[in-house]
Amino acid sequence: MSSTAVSARAKTGDTEETPLLQVRDLHVEFRTRDGVAKAVNGVNYSVRAGETLAILGESGSGKSVSSQAVMGILDSPPGFVTGGEILFKGRDLLKLSNEERRKVRGAQMAMVFQDALSSLNPVHTVGTQLGEMYRVHKGSSKKEAKLKAVELMERVGIPGAKERVNQYPHQFSGGMRQRVMIAMALALEPDLIIADEPTTALDVTVQAQVMELLGDLQREYDMGLILITHDLGVVADVADKIAVMYAGRIVETAPVHELYARPAHPYTRGLLDSIPRLDQKGQELYAIKGLPPNLLRIPSGCAFNPRCPMAQDICRSEVPPLHAVTEEDGRPLPGRGSACHFWKETLHG
Amino acid sequence: MPDQQPNKHNGVPEDSSTELSSAFPETPTLGAMGAQPLLDKEDLSHSAPQSAEAVGVTDREVARSLWQDAWRELRRNPVFLISGVLIVLLLLVAIWPGLFDSTSPLSCDLSKSQLGPTSGHPFGFDTQGCDVYARTIHGARASITVGVFATAGAALLGTLMGGLAGFFGGWIDAVISRIADIFFGIPILLGGLVFLSVIPSQSIWVVVGFIVVLGWPQIARIARGAVITAKQQDYVTAAQALGAGNSRMLLRHIMPNALAPIIVVATIALGTYISLEATLSYLGVGLKPPTVSWGIDISSAADTFRNAPHMLLFPAGALCITILAFIMLGDAVRDALDPKLR
Amino acid sequence: MASPVSAVPTEDAIEAAVEKPVERGEPILQVRDLEKHFPLTQGILIKKQVGAVKAVDGVSFDLYQGETLGIVGESGCGKSTLAKVLMNLERATAGQVLYKGEDISKASGRALKAIRRNIQMVFQDPYTSLNPRMTVGDIIGEPFEIHPEVAPKGDRRKAVQDLLDVVGLNPEYINRYPHQFSGGQRQRIGIARGLALKPEVIIADEPVSALDVSVQAQVINLLEQLQNEFNLSYMFIAHDLSIVRHISDRVGVMYLGRMVEIGSDEEIYEHPTHPYTQALLSAVPVPDPSGREGRERIILSGDIPSPANPPSGCRFRTRCWKAQEKCAIDVPLLAVPEVFRGQDTPAAHASACHFAEDVDVVGAS
Repeated sequence: MSSTAVSARAKTGDTEETPLLQVRDLHVEFRTRDGVAKAVNGVNYSVRAGETLAILGESGSGKSVSSQAVMGILDSPPGFVTGGEILFKGRDLLKLSNEERRKVRGAQMAMVFQDALSSLNPVHTVGTQLGEMYRVHKGSSKKEAKLKAVELMERVGIPGAKERVNQYPHQFSGGMRQRVMIAMALALEPDLIIADEPTTALDVTVQAQVMELLGDLQREYDMGLILITHDLGVVADVADKIAVMYAGRIVETAPVHELYARPAHPYTRGLLDSIPRLDQKGQELYAIKGLPPNLLRIPSGCAFNPRCPMAQDICRSEVPPLHAVTEEDGRPLPGRGSACHFWKETLHG
Repeated sequence: MPDQQPNKHNGVPEDSSTELSSAFPETPTLGAMGAQPLLDKEDLSHSAPQSAEAVGVTDREVARSLWQDAWRELRRNPVFLISGVLIVLLLLVAIWPGLFDSTSPLSCDLSKSQLGPTSGHPFGFDTQGCDVYARTIHGARASITVGVFATAGAALLGTLMGGLAGFFGGWIDAVISRIADIFFGIPILLGGLVFLSVIPSQSIWVVVGFIVVLGWPQIARIARGAVITAKQQDYVTAAQALGAGNSRMLLRHIMPNALAPIIVVATIALGTYISLEATLSYLGVGLKPPTVSWGIDISSAADTFRNAPHMLLFPAGALCITILAFIMLGDAVRDALDPKLR
Repeated sequence: MASPVSAVPTEDAIEAAVEKPVERGEPILQVRDLEKHFPLTQGILIKKQVGAVKAVDGVSFDLYQGETLGIVGESGCGKSTLAKVLMNLERATAGQVLYKGEDISKASGRALKAIRRNIQMVFQDPYTSLNPRMTVGDIIGEPFEIHPEVAPKGDRRKAVQDLLDVVGLNPEYINRYPHQFSGGQRQRIGIARGLALKPEVIIADEPVSALDVSVQAQVINLLEQLQNEFNLSYMFIAHDLSIVRHISDRVGVMYLGRMVEIGSDEEIYEHPTHPYTQALLSAVPVPDPSGREGRERIILSGDIPSPANPPSGCRFRTRCWKAQEKCAIDVPLLAVPEVFRGQDTPAAHASACHFAEDVDVVGAS
């Protein structure tokens, strides 16, 4: 498979200068009966080949919406991309026609969803659905497609692939279904995989299997992986770098080790502090007060200000930009950013 | 409840949860709560009105129920008001046709056969030379009686049977469902031809009874499905865990949540039943002259539509308005019973 | 109900027992060999039983007054069915549930109603556990309507508002409908409803797993405050092991309808002796990236077998790396394993494994 990895690298033309995917100032809004919900408000991130970016956030933070916009599978209406660029291998996907976009999807970027049961068609066998990828995109014959399907199923560790290729989705367990989904995403050897809460619906022991599989495949094929999740544990296990989202904005970016060791945004710190820890047994857990904001009425200034223990007047009036985060002596911390007026106090204080 | 700002986020992705920004401003601290017995209410530190929303609750002293809220909602719904006015008018026509028309629908003058609208006879005359306006007014009673009572009967019987089948399941469900299937399988026209021709009396109530007998399974099916869906919700389990009996679970928790599809089907059925009465009359087994009904008039006018369209248009128009009024009423009631839509 | 009459307590006996005070640390709920099998049938009119899903299959444990017993396990392990059987929402197929010494698993009528006052439940999904067509006041007030003796009619409204206050919601929200609240607030409403009858035992089935991370901690804190304040005993069912550890005094681990290991939180988390517990603990993602490369992880192969057709002997043997012939034949009992018996070690706690050994998988100590 090493040749595949090499070719994958060559195919992307990925160099240090141009990342595989670059999202610039992305805006998405949902026009509903009750008003305009600003789901994504100016998001920037990039992923290189072989890199895992975790987008961490709670429900309503815009983490899923932003990736749906990248994939081009946003429900529209009511959802609209209202601004920004999505550069994939240097091409702005938002400027492509629907047909061109469709060719990119599946072949060059693929998605793994949370709910594998509803993402598979219940009336077709797993083999047919896997094989379809080859038949549609590569024009393979029925027989070839089935062989390919078996190969893929073996690749993602489904035991008895030869027999199971003729079974229907409901005959698979949750973990096995998620493997089928991964196989499907992998079928055309895409350069980028977006996994939206891929293990949330799974049990912990199965979750570990699936995350390990994803990690192995990513290394093997040298793909970029965007992992969308709310689970601080999963992120810590697999991510290289993290973007924390809140109310449609990225509030903090950092390499994984640094984020957990020294958060530079009060929201991130609050999330980390609210994880039960051993030495806190019998004590009250730290809890971020209040509730995530209503996207129809995002608070002015910093969206987190009503829940923030450090909020000052400036937080209510000015939206904090994503500041580059540095050490106390001014040494830069590469890859780190915090959208907090008081990032210095949060990080160093 | 305009003062309470329901938060609706239709179409907002991921999370539709709402925001009552200061509903729990601070989780009460251990110390403050620790010494406090359950029904002692001293610590108001976190219950003071916190937001404009909370302050705006002016009617907080009045406890309200779903039905009260639904009524408040209905009273200001224009759809309900229009349909209500129409239905009251129709009922007046049905009960006291004399208020709207002084001529008899049965005093006819063959010489005026199929004449179009003239002054004094705004709807014209039918083949027999009877005044169409008078017949439309007097026909309302039979048609509306059949429609309303057949629908009410079928809805009650269907909801009861379907509700029992869905709630208890097991053999009760099996028996009721099979009986419903049997009635469902009878073609309604064939059934009508057979049943109604062997029953000598041709009163309205026989027709109503026949429609109820053949109509209830349709509503029972819908009711059964809706009850089963509602029964599986956690709030029913929660009521059971509190010690609620079957009747409370069924009436307070399951029925209000299963009612919406039943109302929709019933209001649509109302129109079907009125036209079914017409069809049966046309086949000669439903209502018979000298009874006057829209159905009889529509069916007899159908043949001469090309020459005298007014004969068909006026009774058919009356039928349409009636059906529309009831469907609008059903819609309004259904929406009023759903707090999410307020 | 073929059991001898003497074994089934009368309604009076149960009603009397319900009133009995229980000292802190005494068992308030004792579960003995509890089984719940759901028959699998074929045929539409004439139903023939072709098997049974053994959702709960011989579970025994005690819940002590004032403690929190955490129950962990993966989906299909029977933990939610266990909660329903303890709540008498499902009838036990066999076994006993002793509440203050009286068997309540077959209770009905007055006795059942009396028990309902004392054992209450908090549900997982705050979106389906509140009737969307009832106001918050009606939802929290319903317990008083069902048990009018708890609060006289005139006081109910005040009682409801007090309950809202206790769970940290504005008492003026009494006329609002559930959909006007967020998930965390709805869960507070559900907790208030559970508290209304001043129960002694609360069974919480995944009470925070449907909530956002930042809201989970709020609800956990609330549950802990209420426990201290009202002297409640909790059975806390969850799959999130770190939350269970935080809130629980003791923890039971379930696998495929059986309890495989039970002990204090320290015994289970730091000295697990059952291979399943070890695998479960090692699989939990730790929110700390330091040392993730060096972490040894036990990745189980395969899936949980169907509870309709569980493996013979030890149920975990099909996925266990230690399994030997003995495991397929002898059912391991939930008891202190022979190797640790009589020793003064945290590993000497009940574990249903023939080859129990003390392994610290988390590396926490």
